[in-house]
Amino acid sequence: MRFEGRVWKFGSDVDTDAIIPARYLNQSDPKELAKHVMEGERPSFPGEVKRGDILLAGKNFGCGSSREHAPLALKAAGISCVIAKSFARIFFRNAFNIGLPLLESPEASEVIEEGDRVRVDLSTGEIYDLTKKRRFLSKPIPSFIQELLRDGGLIPHLRKKMAKRKK
Amino acid sequence: MSHPMTLTEKLLASHSRRKWVSPGEILKVRLDLVLANDITAPLAIQAFKEIGAKRVFHRDRVVLVPDHFAPAKDIPSAEQCKTMREFAKVQRLSHYYEIGQCGIEHVLLPEKGLVLPGEVVIGADSHTCTYGALGAFSTGVGSTELGAAMATGEIWLRVPETIKFVYHGKLQPWVSGKDLILATIGAIGVDGALYRAMEFSGEAIRQLSMASRFTMANMVIEAGGKNGVMEPDEVTLQFIKGRAQRSYRLFRSDPNARYEQILEFDVSKIHPQVALPHLPSNVKDVREVGKVEIDQVVIGSCTNGHLEDLRIAAKILKGKKVASTLRLIIIPATQDIYRQALKEGLIEVFLSSGAVVSPPTCGPCLGGYMGILAAGERALATTNRNFRGRMGHPESEIYLSGPAVAAASAVKGRICHPDEVIKRKT
Repeated sequence: MRFEGRVWKFGSDVDTDAIIPARYLNQSDPKELAKHVMEGERPSFPGEVKRGDILLAGKNFGCGSSREHAPLALKAAGISCVIAKSFARIFFRNAFNIGLPLLESPEASEVIEEGDRVRVDLSTGEIYDLTKKRRFLSKPIPSFIQELLRDGGLIPHLRKKMAKRKK
Repeated sequence: MSHPMTLTEKLLASHSRRKWVSPGEILKVRLDLVLANDITAPLAIQAFKEIGAKRVFHRDRVVLVPDHFAPAKDIPSAEQCKTMREFAKVQRLSHYYEIGQCGIEHVLLPEKGLVLPGEVVIGADSHTCTYGALGAFSTGVGSTELGAAMATGEIWLRVPETIKFVYHGKLQPWVSGKDLILATIGAIGVDGALYRAMEFSGEAIRQLSMASRFTMANMVIEAGGKNGVMEPDEVTLQFIKGRAQRSYRLFRSDPNARYEQILEFDVSKIHPQVALPHLPSNVKDVREVGKVEIDQVVIGSCTNGHLEDLRIAAKILKGKKVASTLRLIIIPATQDIYRQALKEGLIEVFLSSGAVVSPPTCGPCLGGYMGILAAGERALATTNRNFRGRMGHPESEIYLSGPAVAAASAVKGRICHPDEVIKRKT
């Protein structure tokens, strides 16, 4: 799986209240959530983000709440993947489960800048900054999680597996 | 013993048909209990249906608690509660708690004896780590995984490395579990225990009440931890006596168990702590905070809404008035705590001081309702997170403390040490 998009750069310890404030959690429609994604950090973000864009952050991205609404809002807003120095653990599980790829690369997180165009290859873990013409390698994603991502997340993945079993 | 294990490793081994396990291994773990609330259950129920599941794995082992935006704060919240209520009815769940018998999930479940030593529990709420105080393994997950676990009673978990935290010495006056955990998070940072188990031990922990222990385990997630644990002792057994609804097992870490790191604290040097905006790790001794005037104080939440917390607050507020420049909101965590506080005269003390007492709810802690902050306002709360905008407007500020500092500050109108309000008997 490959993605290419513009980079939006954020700092360290971006919490789930910043990704999607709890006042919007009285419903769980991803499209509605996407209208408010990251607005606590940058109010103009929901209006400016484009499909395929890439989010870049420092350490401990997604710390705080277990709300799956956080990765859901990012995905529905069009974010193709998140690159960070490290991720908080519940967010990490949630993102793959709903089909949002995450890549850990401390070097990419430092060097890549806001507005750069970046290409990501999930199968090799390669991150290429087209603006700076620099290559970074992230920890490769295990093949079973890549398969889960190709299916669109844990639920469609399980359904596909069950359908296969029935045949 | 050839394979010494930590308490966390033993808990996971005992639930995956293994004699021993090591950090880094991925296990399929049998679950004793799964939990969701009105924010996370609707998505979990959707996942449950989408994978084609028909029945929950055990009707006594799936617990649903409407506590975040309940009593329903608006129409969409009412719809979410309704989804949960209907699912509980169709699945004939034994443990669905309606408003009136309800409370904040992480205080309610131990109170009802639904989580016991030796168990493995997951919940679609990050503060599910609270139950580690009983000597159980518990951790937070997302809704999709919870939906799958409601169907299967299983989950995959990676065995975490354990960091041991040892607390020595005698507690200073007004210091409780909240101050110890804030000092700990201040020392290691908000990702200082990322993916790790935090094991709390030492003679100072054994001196702590059950409420203070729950408070410490509750905030493990604020250091990025996967779970927090304490070895069960007399205090634990006294707490579960008369509550336990099932048999339970007591595990202890082996003396030669392997820890990734061991950190020691002298609690006699820990004075009441305050976390400043906008991270729980931004911690200072209350005497070093300086003059910070506040608009609102909240005493409650899954962290500090226990009866003991209300008793501490009442001790300070008795015969005093809340500063005229400030609002004090007190939220007993469960219906039973509310009733007991009423019997003991605590509610009378709160009302006479000028506080408002809310029914049990998570409400303002996560910026839901029942005390939202306007732009530029500043709150001191006994809750667990002070992320930017969590309790309301993105330009509001949250300070965190234990109940003693919160109650004293409500009287003074600014953040202060309890000694400024109440004379200590020496």
